[in-house]
Amino acid sequence: MKIIVSIKQVPDTSGKVAVNPDGTLDRASMQTITNPDDMNALEAALKIKDETGCKVVVVTMGPAPAAGMLREALAMGADEAYIASAREFGGSDTYATSQILAAAINRIGVEKDDIVICGRQAIDGDTAQVGPQIAEKLHLPQITYAADIQKDGDTITVRRMLEDGYMNIKTKTPCLITCIKELNTPRYMSVSGVFEAYSKPLTTYDYEALKDDPLIDKSTIGLSGSPTNILTSFTPPQKGAGVMLEGNDRATCDKLASILLEKHII
Amino acid sequence: MNSNFNSSDIGAFKDVWVFCEQREGKLMPTDFELISKGRDLANELGVNLCGILLGDDVDGIAKELGGYGADKVYVCNHPLLKVYNTDGYAKVICDVIADLKPEAFLIGATNIGRDLGPRCAARLHTGLCADCTHLDIDMVNYKEFLKQASTLPADRIEKLDTAVVLGQKHDVSRDLKMTRPAFGGHLMASIICPRFRPCMATVRPGVMKKNAFDQAKADACEIVHPAFELNESDFQTEVTEVVKAAKKLVDLIGADYIVSVGRGISKDVEGGIKLAEELAAELGGVVGGSRATIDSGWLSADHQVGQTGKTVHPKVYIALGISGAIQHKAGMQDSECIIAVNKNDTAPIFEIADYGICGDLFKVTPMLTEAIRAAKASK
Repeated sequence: MKIIVSIKQVPDTSGKVAVNPDGTLDRASMQTITNPDDMNALEAALKIKDETGCKVVVVTMGPAPAAGMLREALAMGADEAYIASAREFGGSDTYATSQILAAAINRIGVEKDDIVICGRQAIDGDTAQVGPQIAEKLHLPQITYAADIQKDGDTITVRRMLEDGYMNIKTKTPCLITCIKELNTPRYMSVSGVFEAYSKPLTTYDYEALKDDPLIDKSTIGLSGSPTNILTSFTPPQKGAGVMLEGNDRATCDKLASILLEKHII
Repeated sequence: MNSNFNSSDIGAFKDVWVFCEQREGKLMPTDFELISKGRDLANELGVNLCGILLGDDVDGIAKELGGYGADKVYVCNHPLLKVYNTDGYAKVICDVIADLKPEAFLIGATNIGRDLGPRCAARLHTGLCADCTHLDIDMVNYKEFLKQASTLPADRIEKLDTAVVLGQKHDVSRDLKMTRPAFGGHLMASIICPRFRPCMATVRPGVMKKNAFDQAKADACEIVHPAFELNESDFQTEVTEVVKAAKKLVDLIGADYIVSVGRGISKDVEGGIKLAEELAAELGGVVGGSRATIDSGWLSADHQVGQTGKTVHPKVYIALGISGAIQHKAGMQDSECIIAVNKNDTAPIFEIADYGICGDLFKVTPMLTEAIRAAKASK
């Protein structure tokens, strides 16, 4: 049995984000991190590994430097890592990305008692689309927004969060689950884990390695295989600054209240 | 799914459809928002607006959708569709889409819509844009929107009638222009799906304005039962239980007044929340919070305003001790009136506030509550 965790390296949008004059993101000036929800996905896999001794495999698609993130995942306790990286994969939207990741996961091999786990969404795009799209391409049942995962033999029970409560959903392996941050608290890398990370296998799947998969075709991957196109990107204008009221005492508050009253806001 | 279905045969697709989500046999507020927006888009395309509603014996709630603008509602009744399940819903929706071929398909970006949308788009081989906050067909409206909402120079906006798609010039006038925030709200992008249909979008709840309900239109709305097949063997997952949250969740999206707290309450979390609750109660509003307050466990997730929380546009938004990170601003900057209280006079929240008070929220908030009470009493 193994668990395949799909993870992504993303710019850290919680810090300073720089935008180029042409409206694109100045990625060079930004820190990269492992996408936060994906850390919860990896932790969920490692927890099952702690209990069952199963193998944990991490997979990503991205430029070569994303391999550094995979080493961190290996240091946290994953056993093997794969990176799908090729010029042909560039410019992919979520549809094309899921084709490539599904092909990579096919190549790794999904067996009867395996589970694929993803984060719910990545903080760069916030789409939450790639997980379900991988599931569709691999013909796996999907359970998204997982806040609790229980495994009993080949039966998986997930508490799937809704805005106004939750559902309990049952399925059999193999299946795909997407995780939210409420699921767990990701562990840190251990010293011995960091030491071992460099002796664990990290494999690159280039275009040649994946091209024989039926999912991989010029019409379904990369920019030319992406159904969506960006018409334009832009930064919103700053709203004009309002009035900074003088002082911060009761008189200031009375002044504000009277303005609100005059404008029929209260 | 109809094996002849070809998502690239653009000319074969017609009409705008909205997936109308029901929970426990009740329509969701998002349904009315999307039907209202879908009405505009259908008018701009000169086609019908149709709802598609899945459930068990839900004909009775379908006509209400007509009151907000639907010409027709496709209703799919089946005991196995009573509660949302990815397998059943994706199968029926994809099968009906493959038969009837709508050109645009809108889904509320709820936890259910965001599970269903990508699964269907992948099966249909078409594009899906997530969590849209603005939708256009008409180029005049779209350009006007960009003039207001972007810093793009006018000459670049004027050139957006065509896009280069696979090296060819493509006229975007009949494409749905789907605009959404990315990178935590730092950037906005307009997405098109030029080569495939239906063009699919999930739409952020609370963003599209609901039309006024029109009983005559509701009465005139046509109910249609499209053919579909569904069996237990189509299911790989089983929903064993649906549990409603015990606590009543805060309705940020429907609120006219929101008082939100941020990291500034850290020195006395309970006290800070209590002050916010008192101010909110005086205004007849509710309490929200920034991501920091939710991540720290001070408020439950239903209170979160921002890119990763809810988008709100109340009459008054009062930010107490919120610095105003872009990710927070993305969820509240369209509020009609923004009031900020913060100790730090350089906090970015003041850049978008209509009225700012530089001071300690623990001192200012109770005085503001009193001042508003007194002002209302003087009316």
